[in-house]
Amino acid sequence: METGRWKPAEIAFWLVPVACYFLFPGYLVLGSQILAVALFALSLDLILGYAGIVSLGHAAFFGLGAYTAGLLSARWGWHEPLSALAAGGVIAAAAGFLASFLVVRGSDLTRLMVTLGIGLLLYEAANKAAFLTGGVDGLSGMANGKILGVWGFGLRGHTAYVYSFTILLILFVLVRRLIHSPFGLSLRGIREGRKRMPAIGAPVMWRLVAVYTVAAAIAGIAGALLAQTTQFVGLDVFSFQRSAELMIMVVLGGAGRLYGAILGAAVFMIVQDYLSGINPVYWQFWLGLLLVAMVLLARGGLMGALDALAARAKRR
Amino acid sequence: MTAALRAVGLTKVWGAFAANSDVSLELAPGARHALIGPNGAGKTTFINLLTGSLPPTKGEVFLGETRVTRLTQHERVKLGMTRTFQINTLFEGLTVLESVMLAVCERTGAAWDWRHTAASRTREAAEAMELLRTLRLDSEAATITRQLPYGKQRLVEIALALATRPKLLLLDEPAAGIPAAETGEVFAVLAGLPADVTILFIEHDMELVFRFAERITVMVGGRVLMSGTPDEVSSDARVREVYLGDAQDA
Repeated sequence: METGRWKPAEIAFWLVPVACYFLFPGYLVLGSQILAVALFALSLDLILGYAGIVSLGHAAFFGLGAYTAGLLSARWGWHEPLSALAAGGVIAAAAGFLASFLVVRGSDLTRLMVTLGIGLLLYEAANKAAFLTGGVDGLSGMANGKILGVWGFGLRGHTAYVYSFTILLILFVLVRRLIHSPFGLSLRGIREGRKRMPAIGAPVMWRLVAVYTVAAAIAGIAGALLAQTTQFVGLDVFSFQRSAELMIMVVLGGAGRLYGAILGAAVFMIVQDYLSGINPVYWQFWLGLLLVAMVLLARGGLMGALDALAARAKRR
Repeated sequence: MTAALRAVGLTKVWGAFAANSDVSLELAPGARHALIGPNGAGKTTFINLLTGSLPPTKGEVFLGETRVTRLTQHERVKLGMTRTFQINTLFEGLTVLESVMLAVCERTGAAWDWRHTAASRTREAAEAMELLRTLRLDSEAATITRQLPYGKQRLVEIALALATRPKLLLLDEPAAGIPAAETGEVFAVLAGLPADVTILFIEHDMELVFRFAERITVMVGGRVLMSGTPDEVSSDARVREVYLGDAQDA
């Protein structure tokens, strides 16, 4: 059983984004986006990797968080970033709680269709409500106040990067704790033996409602974070492509591993940035190739591949 | 004295097929009661109806004086009714200790705790280990369940049920698939349970049934053919005809 103690490899992992801050000062804007999307991927891993709930509409909660923070700032003059971030989480959590009753029942296929449907509904609703959201033109005109009244968001993205990193780290620590807790064990129990859980007295539905709500809240915070750091919300925050790419990131990194979600998001976005720089039209060809190679050659994604390498090194 | 379990007229119908028809059964507290019958007699369906994994078409289930017919499976477990499965239904990717710990945490309410690590719940961990020792599974505590030999997995089935501290234990062929030489081990564990735990078990091995059961109910075609002591059952002509004939003659 996991003791929950931090391993040296985990500490080393978190030093990488810290090092990036100093080593790549020209890439901090991209870095902030990676950190926000990593948080989003973490939220999907919580339900997909640990509770076994497949979702093709997780962007619904990401988008709700993004629009909440965006509208608060651009339309209603609320510029304090931390409370806007929290508001994004609360709105997404409320939506996640309501949606969970539709999602936790039924088979994987039902879940895929229901989550896909919720995502599409919100996408079209945001499109239709152009007077509020800006529709296809997106929501611009956001302005962030200083964080805790001290740190202002500059153009070069230093504050945004540190802000995103801090939020990701705090929420990661909470999610990590949740995963190692008896509650987390019960989620793995549902994934490993859903039929057995009621027979040992577990209220499976309520457990899934709880984790789905938490995951939605984190997705909402991730969306709000991206909105604040880019100071823009486009309709694509609700798009099917965003949900699908998110699932690719989690699978690429290794589902059910926490670090896999973050690694998957980082690799996906860096590769996307690099390949689209070479050829803005055909970059998805290489991404597709990478994905097929990963699934065929490395079971358990990048984390699985790292495990296999570590095991091989140990045997020598 | 109030019966530990009372099933009244339980019926389960799928279309034109009646898997259980008007099945009634009463178990005294602490009873060791066997449910026997040929394949397709509706024994597992009856257990599913008792535990709530299937809703009955008609009939009622009482646990002690509490009517539980409309309660969910997990609510019935909380009231003390636990089952095992004929085909292993385990947490394959979890270790043996994690699996049992999971069941213990569900009982104590710790399963909602998200702030402490499972490893730091020493009371639950100690209880799970103690249970594994009782079942001689302690050396397998850290083994992933799917890597255990089948016989040991059957013991994990029972360990999961015992971790809920049942008042009524429903065992669906606890020794199924275990080599004959090892079935004694399973029943030795069951014989060692506190006398106030009521046990209803389905079993095909007549030797085990007659050794362990104080009363036996025979089901045929979804109905109760008869209930009685092992002597009454073995001497009943109808039972010998439909079920025991071959076993007794052998």
